[in-house]
This record gives sequence, C-alpha cells and structure tokens, in this order.
Amino acid sequence: MTQLSREEVLKLARLARLELSEEEVAEFQDELSAVLGYVSQLQEADVAGLEPTTQVTGLKNVMREDMPRDYGVDREKLLRLAPSKQDGQLKPKRMIG
Amino acid sequence: MNYSQWPLIATIAAQVQAGELKAIDLVERALKTIADKQEFDAIIATLDDRARERAQAVDAAVAKGEKVGRLAGVPFIAKDNFLVFGAETTAASNMLRGFTAPFQATVIEKLEAEGAICVAKANLDAFAHGASTENSDFMTTKNPHDKTRVPGGSSGGSAASVVLDLAPFALGTDTGGSIRQPASLSGCVGYKPTYGLVSRSGVVAMASSLDVIGPMTRSVEDAALVLDIMAGQDASDSTTIVRDPAGYVSLEGDLKGKKIGIIKEYMSEGLDAGVKKQIEAAVEKLKNAGAEITEVSLPSLSLALAVYYVLCPAEVSSNLSRYDGQRYGFADDSAKTLDESFSHSRGRGFGKEAKRRIMIGTYVLSSGFYDAYYRKAQTVRTKLINECSAAFEQADFLIGPVAPTPAFKIGENASDPLKMYLADVMTVAVNLVGIPAISIPAGDSDGLPVGLQLMAPQRKDRELLSLAKLTEELL
Repeated sequence: MTQLSREEVLKLARLARLELSEEEVAEFQDELSAVLGYVSQLQEADVAGLEPTTQVTGLKNVMREDMPRDYGVDREKLLRLAPSKQDGQLKPKRMIG
Repeated sequence: MNYSQWPLIATIAAQVQAGELKAIDLVERALKTIADKQEFDAIIATLDDRARERAQAVDAAVAKGEKVGRLAGVPFIAKDNFLVFGAETTAASNMLRGFTAPFQATVIEKLEAEGAICVAKANLDAFAHGASTENSDFMTTKNPHDKTRVPGGSSGGSAASVVLDLAPFALGTDTGGSIRQPASLSGCVGYKPTYGLVSRSGVVAMASSLDVIGPMTRSVEDAALVLDIMAGQDASDSTTIVRDPAGYVSLEGDLKGKKIGIIKEYMSEGLDAGVKKQIEAAVEKLKNAGAEITEVSLPSLSLALAVYYVLCPAEVSSNLSRYDGQRYGFADDSAKTLDESFSHSRGRGFGKEAKRRIMIGTYVLSSGFYDAYYRKAQTVRTKLINECSAAFEQADFLIGPVAPTPAFKIGENASDPLKMYLADVMTVAVNLVGIPAISIPAGDSDGLPVGLQLMAPQRKDRELLSLAKLTEELL
C-alpha cells in the first residue's frame, strides 16, 4: 500500500463534505494509508464462485402499508431542532457563491 | 469484585406489582447511586423529572389495583444513542449536543409499556465508534475495577453502569462487539441477538447491515427477560425478523450431549495468558458437566477484521451523511454558501474517529475502488458465513474468548487507530454472520474481569440463552 497523497486526502474530504485542518490532512495521509494497507489483505482471498452478501437473514423486498403513523412528532417540534429557519421553513445558506 | 445489589429484575417487578416496593423509591435509589458513583463518568445525563413522573404513574396504577407490566418500576439506563422522548440524545458527539429527541426508539416504547423507567443515558464512544469510550467527545468512562483502565466500548458507559449497580439493566448497541467487549472488560452479561431480532428504529444508526441492540445485565436470566420484551418485528425497521413463538424466558435443557465447538483460531497466538486460562477452565467445566467439546476451524476468521473495517466505515460514511448542519445537530454559522455550510458543520461537528471512518468509507466506496474493497469484502463475508454454517454442522454452539486481553489502560491504544481496531478481533465475525452471541463473566485475569463468548446459529437465541444460563451456574 502506497502512502495516500495530500491531494487524494483532500479529494476524499471534498467528496465527503468534510472540512479538514492542515494537521488533519497530514494525519489522515498516514492513518488512512495504514488502515487501507491492513484491509488490502482481502485482495489475496480466494472467493471464486461466491456472491457478495448484503443481507444476512435472507429478507427480501419487505413491504408495509404506506399509511401515516403517529410517532408523536409534529412540525413545530422538528423545526425547533433546525439551526436556521424562516416562516416555518428551513433556511439554508445561498447555493451560489 | 461483585458490586451487585439489585435483585433479579423479575423479583423487583413482582414486588412493585405487589405493592411491597415503590417505583419512586427505586428511581430515587438509582439516581442517588448515579450521583455517588459520578467519578466513573459512566453517565452523560440523568432524566430525573421524567423518571420520577413515570415512577409516580406506576405507583398510582398499583394503588388502583391495575396490572403494571413485567418490568414494573424497574429503572434502566440507555446508551446515549437511543432516542428517548424529550430527552437529549447526543450519541456522545458534539454533532448532536443539545439534540432533543422528537420521537422515541421502539425498544424504549416497549420497555416503558411494561413499566420500566429510563433513569439516565450512558456514555459511549461518539456515534459508537470505538472499543474504549475514549472516542466520546465528552469524557472517558473508567473501568469499575480499576479507574486507570477503560471499561471497553462502545457501550462502555452501559457496562460500567450495570457493574456499578446504577440500575438493574442497561441497553447497548453492538456493531462489531460493542455490547460483548465492554461486558467482558467491565464484568457483566452482554447479549447480542440475531441480526434483526430487535427493532433499531429510533437508535442512531452506525453500520446498518451489522447493528443490533441488546441488554447488558448482571445475569443471563435478566438478559433473557429484557430481550423477550424487546424482540420482534416492527413496521418501522424493515430488517426485523419474526420472534421465536416460544419466547426467550423459558430457559431449559441440560448440558448433556450438547455439542460445543471451540474456535481454534481464537485460542492461538495473541491471546492473553490469563484470558486463555479462564476460557480453558470454563471449557473444562462444561466438559465435566456432560457437554461434548469439539474443535472447529474457521479459516477465513483471520480476514474478518479486514472485512469489518471495509464494510463498517462504508456504511458509516453513508449513515453519517445525514448530519449536514441543516435540519438538526451542530451547524456552523460562519459559512457563506450552502456547500461551505455542509463541510464546515461536518468538519467542526464530527470528532476524529467519525471523520476517520467517513474518510475510509468514502475511499472504499469511491469509483475505481468499489470492486477491490467494498464488493470484495462483501464476498469474503459470504465465505465467512459458509464456514460458520459448516462449523454449526459439527457443533450446536461455538465458544471462545470475547476479547484478546482484559481491560487496557486509558491512553494505551488511543494514539494508534489500527491497534484499537484489534480490540474487536474476536467479536466482529459474529456481526458479519448475523448470529447471536453472549459474553458472560468467567473469572478474572490479575483482578480484571474476563468474559466468555458463546455463539449459536441465527434465530437460536433461546437455545443460546439456555446454554448461557447453564454455563453461568457452572462458573
């Protein structure tokens, strides 16, 4: 496993919408490289003829009636949690810089 | 070493129902013990008013001669990633500091419907990422047996709560060992049910193909009772499975003729000598009591941790994408644009380990690496499932240690993430395969608790609890 470059770490941070400090970028170059180095032992595993598993208990297409259910949640309660709002709606920052 | 004071849960509930004990006195006792044991930092917040109100309601119902449920007046502590109506739920993260739950977890509903009372929220590694509670954004919980050591994690606050006798039971979550490992390191019973047996609705999601909820108690019988109340399908969690029609409390049978397989790979190098000695002693006792002991091998077990540290961060990066600083949680107000507001809020709200996992997850899911990491890990997961099924053809149950070492020192593994991840080496496979497993106290190594891990095939939770109870009586 080669060392992740500064640019690679910044690209990942950008994809994940994570602002990182310069110090964190440097730390993650080392730490992510170590973890990715460790998990790369999977490349050696022989999995011929096997399919990937996404669901361990074998459930498929679980359906339910699409009916409203009362969780005791109301609009007011939810809006109270929001950091920025106006006229009963969420108010995000402007989208174009 | 035994701080135990609360009687069995069923005994408490029966005495409350009979009017011999008052729920309010139980709640006051729990709150007082929590205050007395504050130096262990097991608890993030107490729910004084809410708990007292509920206790008074239980006592009033008893006075009127009403039936108040199987957990009447029994105080409990929830890990702080369970949503409890009106209570702050932080997941021990700055991201959710101050977040008030607008609805509550299905399991809290079910427990409260039986008369149980949530008295406090327990500390954890932030977002349940860790094996020691050192990743909590607030504080590190101390091991009840040695304050210089960790209680294990991520449900370290819950485990310490039970051992410190703060309440008769606590709730934990287990994604890669987060119930069993702290149970082992702190010295209580920790039960990880079959994947899907307990609804996760209203619990902060970590890695959804692995996460389960379970009880942490002082006895197997208590764990079985709490599981019996929590288990079953829930329309709010589509991964839930049908409960055993026989329930989980009638624990019967004997050890004669039970085939128990020792997992060879778990007993080899890297295992602390004191831990090994206790596990071997437990196996010997089971053998003397009539169990048939065999050795089984799961050759791909050495890859389980690598599979886990691909799948878990991948799912974490997906589940944590909801924390965007717009609807709830930490928001950075200095940002000028929406895009900046996302990355500033996430960059400043998430702690180091959450960021690390998001970054790893983003890497293994990104285009060009997906097949080599994520898909490959899912395929090795299949291999592990197949090997596990083969082992269960040779044995009814599997046995091994929970953790390679007893509780480690605070700070000992904190600077090396890979070293910390190794604390999960004997627990993650169970989550990858979706089977139930339990940690029960099995003596000590130099004065520090050692847990014994028992495992059963999927959906054999009642059988596993029965075996665990018999084993508990032997140890």
